[in-house]
Parts: sequence; C-alpha cells; structure tokens
Amino acid sequence: MWWPWRRKKSKDQARDRLKLVLAYDRAKLPPGKLEDLKSELLEVLKRYFPADEHGVEVRLEERGDHMVLIAEVPVQT
Amino acid sequence: MKARAIVVTSGKGGVGKTTTTANVGTALAHLGEKVAVIDVDVGLRNLDVVMGLESRVVFDLIDVIEGKTELKKALVRDKRVEGLYLLPAAQTRDKEALDPERFTEIVRRLLEEEGFDRVLIDSPAGIEKGFQTASAPAEGALVVVNPEVSSVRDADRIIGMLEAKGIKENYLVINRLRPEMVKRGDMLAVEDVIEILGLKPIGIIPEDEEVLVSTNVGEPLVLRKGSLAGKALLDTARRIRGEEVPFADLETKKGFWAAVRKLFGGS
Repeated sequence: MWWPWRRKKSKDQARDRLKLVLAYDRAKLPPGKLEDLKSELLEVLKRYFPADEHGVEVRLEERGDHMVLIAEVPVQT
Repeated sequence: MKARAIVVTSGKGGVGKTTTTANVGTALAHLGEKVAVIDVDVGLRNLDVVMGLESRVVFDLIDVIEGKTELKKALVRDKRVEGLYLLPAAQTRDKEALDPERFTEIVRRLLEEEGFDRVLIDSPAGIEKGFQTASAPAEGALVVVNPEVSSVRDADRIIGMLEAKGIKENYLVINRLRPEMVKRGDMLAVEDVIEILGLKPIGIIPEDEEVLVSTNVGEPLVLRKGSLAGKALLDTARRIRGEEVPFADLETKKGFWAAVRKLFGGS
C-alpha cells in the first residue's frame, strides 16, 4: 500500500543524483566516455579470460566519503 | 573574512548574486566599513537599479578603464549609508576593454589609494570571460547557491574554478531556503548543500517576498526592518567582519498543524 509519509523524499533523490553527477563532473568523465572505457577495458580483459560482453558494467560509486570506479565483468561459463 | 576583495558568484543566473552583493555591501557599510560594490556585468547592468542608485549614474567602469573619467568621479556615493559606493557596469559599451589585468588594477587602486576597506564584486553568470574578469582581483568569494540541483551543480563547478585560480577564502551563501519545504523533505537542507559542496556557509537566507518589494522600491533590504531575509543578510555581513553570529533557526513552525502539535506539547 502507498503511504504518503513512506514516499522517498524528493530531497533525498536530489542529493543522490547530485552526488553522482558531481562525481562525473569532478572526474571530468562524461558518461559517454565511460562507455569508451568500457569497450577498451573489455578488449584487454578478453585476452585473459572469457568475459561476457553483454553484462559488463562500469560506473562511479560512492564508498564512504570518496568515489570509486567500479567495473563488473561477468565471466562466461 | 580576511579577503578585502570579494567576488560574489554562482555560475547559474538568477540565484541572487546581485541582491546579495547589494545587501551585504550595504550592511558592511552600515557596520562601519568603507565599501565599494562593483557591477561587472557589462551590457546587463543591474546592481544600480537594485540599490536604487540608477538615476545618479554618470560614468561607468569602462569609462574609468578607457581613461574617460577619474575613478573617483565614476563612484556613485549612496547618500543613505555612510561609506557606501557603487561602481556601475557599462550598459551599452563594448566589453572588450574590460580585461582581468585592467580590472585588477582598478580594484587595487580602490583598496590601496582610495581608502576602501572592502570591495564586493558582482560577477556575471556563467564561467566565461565575465566571470574570469570579475574573479581576477578576488582573494575570497561568496558562492551564492539555491538548494536546488542545477544551482548546486553549477556552484560546484565555480568552486573548482576559484580554487584552481588560487582563491581560497570561499564561503557559501545559501539563498532562497524554504524551511517548510525542507521540513517535509522536498528541498535540500542546509546540511545537504554543505556536505555536497564541501564548503562552509557564511549566510543562510530564507526565501522572502520582501526581497522583491525592496528591489521594487530600490531600497536594500538590510535598511528595512522586520524582514527575515534582511536580518539574515545583515548577519552575513557581520560574519564577514569576523563576528561570531549563530545561524538563526529558520525552521519555525507555521500553520494550523504546527499550532496543534505545539498545543499537545510537540516540537
């Protein structure tokens, strides 16, 4: 059931979205460039193991008080 | 603030730079400083009309830079407050004459030769040449920000650029805060803005209809009694002068339900 007081506060969404967009801004890393990084990374990784190119994800993520670059690469089994 | 040359900036337009410059400048003079407020928005002059000095403008910043008049003659003295002067922007003239070096020299002369205690520079919006010029002589900055995503994002960009220029004494002026929206979780709170931007506030100004009224009549808000924003802007000036002024509690409860909660001992 939908309770008005359980709705996610819009200011929390504003804060989360800002933190993410500022992480990209500060790293001077537009999301499009991240796509380039992803495909180049994949090229290298495929030389070492059977990476599944469809499930690859590269993103910036908040870890405590700093941002980290996360790359998730599923292995083909 | 130790900085005597302070740029008022924001990146985004329409967040309250000119209102902040006019009011903080007026308040500093009211508190005893000799203050020059400078409008650097060449072509889009506004500070004169917000301060109610538009009818007394004869010369402007470009006239001074081009040597068409003396610096002293271009300064418009505000007769309502002792020690308050405006250096207006050119409304029509070619802005090419205004470059960072020449502007820095003007500010230096105001501080070192004309006996000013403080110079407040109203920067144009954006991060282009106008901002570069306005911030060139600055030792510190007031970064005006509204608790809203686009303004916070642009403020972050501006803070990065100020730091890259070696301007280090920077503070936030969080403007247009609506405590009732913060309370119901629909507006970024002061703490959120501070956390995201990593800069301390020197002013927290509530949204106040009196701001528009004061610009309608051309009388800075800090000269009018009884307005929340006016009080907050005066407090901002006091903090700039180094006074320890606690931030006012803006989250006063209003309305029917607040009254009911209070009746039942709620807070």
